[in-house]
Formats: sequence, structure tokens, C-alpha cells
Amino acid sequence: MTRPQLNMEWPYPISYEKETEISSDILVLGGGIAGCWAAITAAKRGASVVIVEKAATVRSGAGGAGCDHWMYAVGGNPHCPLTAEDFLEAMVAESDGYANGIATYINLRESYDTLLELEQMGAKIRDTEDTFKGAEFRDEKTKLLFAYDYVNKWCIRVWGTTFKPALYKQCKKLGVNIYDRVMATSLLTDGGHQGTRVIGATGLNVRTGELLIFKAGATINCMARPDRIWHFRTETSGLADMSSPGGGGGWAMAWRAGAEFANMEASMQQAIAVYYPCQGSAHPRNTWYACDIMDANGKRIPWVDRDGKVIDDVSARYHPADGQKLLYFASTVYDYMTPAHMAIEEMVQKGELVLPLYADLPGMPEHERRALFGLMVGQESKSNATYRNYADAGFDPDIDLLQGYQMLTGGGYGVGNVGTGKWGTGLAYGLTIGGRAIRRPTSGGLVVDWDLKTSLDGLYTAGLMFGAGGHSAAATSGKYAARKAVEYIQRASAAPVNREQIEREIERVYAPVTRSDGIDWKELNNGLNKIMQVYCGDPKNEHLLNMGLMMLDDLKDVAASAAYAPDPHKLGRVLEVMDIISSAEIILHACLARKASSRALGFNRYDYPEMDPDEWKKFITIKQDGSRPHIGELPLDFWRDAEKNYEEHCGL
Amino acid sequence: MPDNNEKVMALPNTPTPGHPVKFDSDLCIRCNKCVDACVMDVFIPNPEKKGIPIILHPDECWYCGCCVMECPVDGAIKLNYPLMWRVPWKNKDTGEHYWVGMKNPPPPNTKPPV
Repeated sequence: MTRPQLNMEWPYPISYEKETEISSDILVLGGGIAGCWAAITAAKRGASVVIVEKAATVRSGAGGAGCDHWMYAVGGNPHCPLTAEDFLEAMVAESDGYANGIATYINLRESYDTLLELEQMGAKIRDTEDTFKGAEFRDEKTKLLFAYDYVNKWCIRVWGTTFKPALYKQCKKLGVNIYDRVMATSLLTDGGHQGTRVIGATGLNVRTGELLIFKAGATINCMARPDRIWHFRTETSGLADMSSPGGGGGWAMAWRAGAEFANMEASMQQAIAVYYPCQGSAHPRNTWYACDIMDANGKRIPWVDRDGKVIDDVSARYHPADGQKLLYFASTVYDYMTPAHMAIEEMVQKGELVLPLYADLPGMPEHERRALFGLMVGQESKSNATYRNYADAGFDPDIDLLQGYQMLTGGGYGVGNVGTGKWGTGLAYGLTIGGRAIRRPTSGGLVVDWDLKTSLDGLYTAGLMFGAGGHSAAATSGKYAARKAVEYIQRASAAPVNREQIEREIERVYAPVTRSDGIDWKELNNGLNKIMQVYCGDPKNEHLLNMGLMMLDDLKDVAASAAYAPDPHKLGRVLEVMDIISSAEIILHACLARKASSRALGFNRYDYPEMDPDEWKKFITIKQDGSRPHIGELPLDFWRDAEKNYEEHCGL
Repeated sequence: MPDNNEKVMALPNTPTPGHPVKFDSDLCIRCNKCVDACVMDVFIPNPEKKGIPIILHPDECWYCGCCVMECPVDGAIKLNYPLMWRVPWKNKDTGEHYWVGMKNPPPPNTKPPV
């Protein structure tokens, strides 16, 4: 028998509401890249550490399946002539000033050393087999391989499928207590109040339904952020996006506890993606940079420099132009733009290019070809499977041209080519027209200070966060937050768990399994999506946003009174959707608060059409105060001076 | 010919996609490492002893391939792309098209990933 049968019993022992209390110095919520690095760092400093992970820490999270690029290796990198400050300014310019310099700068300073630390744990980062001997992107002495910018060497090609297992092994070796298959559901606070110090969390075992009560001196939220806010359909690519296979409940939990968020209005609808195997269709960006693309008749699309001048030499794609300081991948800022394709829509319309388009891997120089399909696609998260499946089916990059789907419309690198669900918050890579991105807003998230502490004492955050993301950023922020959390617990006093808070959470969490029928999690999720598509689309206005809140209130009532789950796994899914609904609520309120449009944030309002007026060049903050949102603001440069603040706070 | 004597059960629609992974029953050693590692928890152990794992939530598969990477036996489990995920390629010299899942596929390319 391979299909589930209707007479099969749930295979795990059911223990709804059975409580277990676990205490530790440091509580890490989310066992992805950030969570593992946080746990390892805290454990090395002598703290007792617990990881709470919804899936299995050995492979969980966006970076669990692999990593192709180790980025932002600037500070301390002997191959890189840039300073962290130089690169920080490039990243700030990239987001039109809407940057969170804190996590960004931490990463620029610590990324390289962190990679070396990872190597010590057994991960593979160098071309020890000499596969790429003689390649332009290889350093013959250190055997490191570089990507994008062969002059400044800030991005290293790595064997990322080895990373998560190495981190997991290190966690076990250091005695980190890992609770897999446990979904964090709420933060516990001093006195059970909103806005007070965070003293732990509750967790639901998604196989048995047990409740775990975690008590800790400090908590580190490494739960990324939610997806499935605007669109959701399992038929296209299963359940999750690259960013948050875990559901991203950390936002909702922190919101309910009274933590402050920033930039939540920079969250917008993306095109419904047409999914393919991760990195499994041709394109010239990111993992596939800088592959030649040709049309159905073998005509190559010209590559152009940032001035639009055709460049013939493949090697020139990886070198800054004369007078250009650095290449920053997918940059929309002239100073840092990489070479790219000519915009092709017009060429296609005129018949100068004939669809479909293909990746000319056979035509690429041998080292680039092997790096691109063998290494990058072979090692990037979720694309190792692509390599295997395509190779099994006979695909040979030496002789075969892979078709490119998103190129059919001449654009949309962000349209699902990496196999991700573009249902989420903000545009990770930006809309593209032809070869070049046109926008890349900073993502929203929890407000942090230079301790990576949130607005709530006892709660730190790391990983995918306000203004930062990616593998190396998760690693470095995880380490940094752990250092600061461990410092904090030296001076913090213990606080008891508030029983009433636990009781309230028990009632909330288990309601769906007390019913014998009701609305399932998928319909609930789709109900939310419709509200966001209709009332929080693009452009927005006051009426629509307020209606969105009204419909959302109704949806929350429905969820609370009628959501149904027949087993702990689907109970977890229902709770996930409830968390996503909370996140949508934050977004709607934040959108109402920004009474101006913003090119920088990809935020458009019919009723406030003026783009980025001076008085609105700031971050909007929001937190829950009772049941009403409290709106505040932060200056764009709230984190400056980065170097000075880092030196004062970094704890090294 | 369908068998009119075989009992037909009342079953709802199966989720789509229906078969995100395929097992080779001869190669699978029933270690359940795939069940333990799955990022989306789509599997359950088979209630029949010595049975290969059952995919309980195929529509939740994220196609990360971690089950394949954790499996100790090469080929025992494979990701199975749904029909809507077929990306063709063509031989640069001959112009002939191929895709994953075609009839009469070419021989596998045995070069390993780097």
C-alpha cells in the first residue's frame, strides 16, 4: 500500500493538553540557519540552550537543503579590497535609504570569519578536489571560488548542502537540547501582560498534540517571516516559499506580546508565479549568473554594461566597469549595477528574437558551465534535487540547452523561477523588465537595536528580519544575538510563568480539535488571500484598507469559532494560518499609517499619490497596545554610525 | 479489464500534486530517515511493518529534496515533479527536445554534481 487509506489511524500517540515544562538559559525559536548559529554560539559561551523547531533541525529552514552563495564576505576577507563601510553604503543606496544598517553591517563585518568557523564544523567551502583549477574565479592558494564580482570577491561559491548537517552535528556535540516537530505558538511574558519582558514560549508538538512550556532567561526569535498572505495554492509548488518553510509565526507571536515592528507597509502583492523545479529553468541571474541566453534559432541575447553598451567578453560580466567600485548583484543603482541582458520585450515583439529562449550552457566557458550547473545548481537550497532529476533524465549541460519559462514574457525573474512561492511580503528580488531589476524594497519586521534586541526585554531576533536576509546574514545575526542574549542573562532575574497566560493559550491552541467539523486550514488561508488581494492590492486607499480590516475581523471570528483540525499536524496548519492572519492585520494597519506613496517601498496609494515627500522619508513603526495599534516612527538613519555602534555593542 | 467484484470505496479527491516522491520498494531499507528529515512532515511511517513510508500530505511537499539527500540508499527515493513542472531542453546540435518524464528518455547523465 502506498496511498493513505481512510481506515488508517494517526500513527503517533495523541496527548492533547499534556504539559511539559522545560527550562534553559537561552531559548531559540526556530532551528534554521539563524537558530542553529544562535544555539551554537550561546552553548559555546556556557549557556544551556533549547531549540524549538517545527520540522527537523537536521534539514529545516530555507537554508537546510543547501546554499550556493556565501555573500557579503567583506570585513576580514583577505581577498576583498573593500571595507564593510563601503559595502554598507552600496546596500543603503540600493534600498533608497530604507535600510536596517544594523543586521546589514553586522553581516558585512562577520560574514567571512563565520564561513571559516563553519568550515571548522566540517562544512565544505573550498575546491579541495581542484575541479576548477585554473578558473578565473578561483584563488589558487586558498582554493576559494568567487561569484559575481571577480575583483572584489565578496561572494563565495560554496558546497551548501553540507552546511545544515554540520550545524546540526555541532549543536548536538555542544549539548543543545533540540525539540523537533514542536511549533512555537506564543511568547510568555512577565505577569502574562502585553509589552512586558519575554520569559519563554509555548510550543505544540505537531505529531502528538502535546503542549510544551519553555522557560528561559532570554529568547531568540529565529522564525523568519510568513508567506501565503496574498496567494496560496498547493497545486503550483506545494506549501512553502524559499524564505519561510516554517510558516513564519514569529511575527504573530511577537505582535501578540506587544513587540514593535517597522516597515510593514513595504509588503505587496507579487505576480502569481508559475512554478518549476528550483533553479530548473533558464535565466541569467542569481544562481545562474552570468549565463548566455539564446532564442529558438540560436541567436544570443546581447549582454550590456550599465551604460547599455554591448559587451562581447564573457569575463567582463564579472568585472566592475572602469571607475566602478563594486558589482552588487541585481543592483538597481547605477554605481553598483552588474552587466545584464538587453531588455528583450521589444526585440521579441519585433521578431528580432524568437521564443522560446534557452540557456546556452554548452556555449559558456567550461569552468563557468561546470560552476553554474554542476556546483551552483547542485548546491543551492532545493536545487540539488533539480540537478539529480535532470541528470537522471539525461540532461547534459555540455550539449543541452535548457528552456527558460519566465523569459517568455521578457521579464519577471521574480516570477517563480527559483521555485518559490511568490505569495509573500515584499519583493525579494524585485520586479524585472528584460534583464534588469527595477525595484527592491526593504522588508519589514521587528524593530531591533544594536543588541539585536527587540522592543521587548528578553526577546532578541536573528535571521530573516527587518531589512536583512539571506544565508550569511542569518548566520551572523544568529551569532550576534546569542552573544548579547548570553550577556543579558548574567544580569537578568528569573521570572515565573503566569498560569493564566498559559490557560488562555491552551484554549486558543486546542479549540480546532475540540470540534467535530468546521472550516479547514486551506479555506481559511484562501479567505485571507482574497481579503488581501482585494483590499490590500496595488494601489491602495483608505476605504479599501479599512474594509480589509473589517473583513479581517470577521475572518478572525470565523477562525476562532469554526476552524477545524482532525489531528495535530493540521492543527499546526490552522494555527499557522491564524498567525498569517495576524501578520496581515499588522500590514493593513501599517499601510493605513503611511499617508504617502513611496517608490522606494513599492507602496502606492490612490488617495496619497505623491511619491516620497520629505516628511514621509522615515520608517513607520507599529505595535499592539491592548487591541489598538500604536503608530510611531524611526528616522531612516536610526542605526548610524554603524562602525561606532558595532564596536561598542558587538560583544567580541 | 476493471474487476466488478473488487470493492469500490467512497473516497474524496486526492490532493494535487499526488505523488511528490516515488520509492523504489526493492531499494528502500525502511529506515524512515526521510520521515524524520522531511521539512514539511508530509510522510507518516507505514502502519504495516516493513512497509515503505506513506505520503500523507503530498500537497504540502516543498520539493526541497532533503528526503533524497538524507536517504542512505541511492535511488531508493526520488523527487517526482508534477506534470505542470516539465521544463524541456534541446540538444544544441540536433535540435531534439527532451524533458523529465518523457517516453523513451535518453540515457542518464552520470556526471555527479560538484
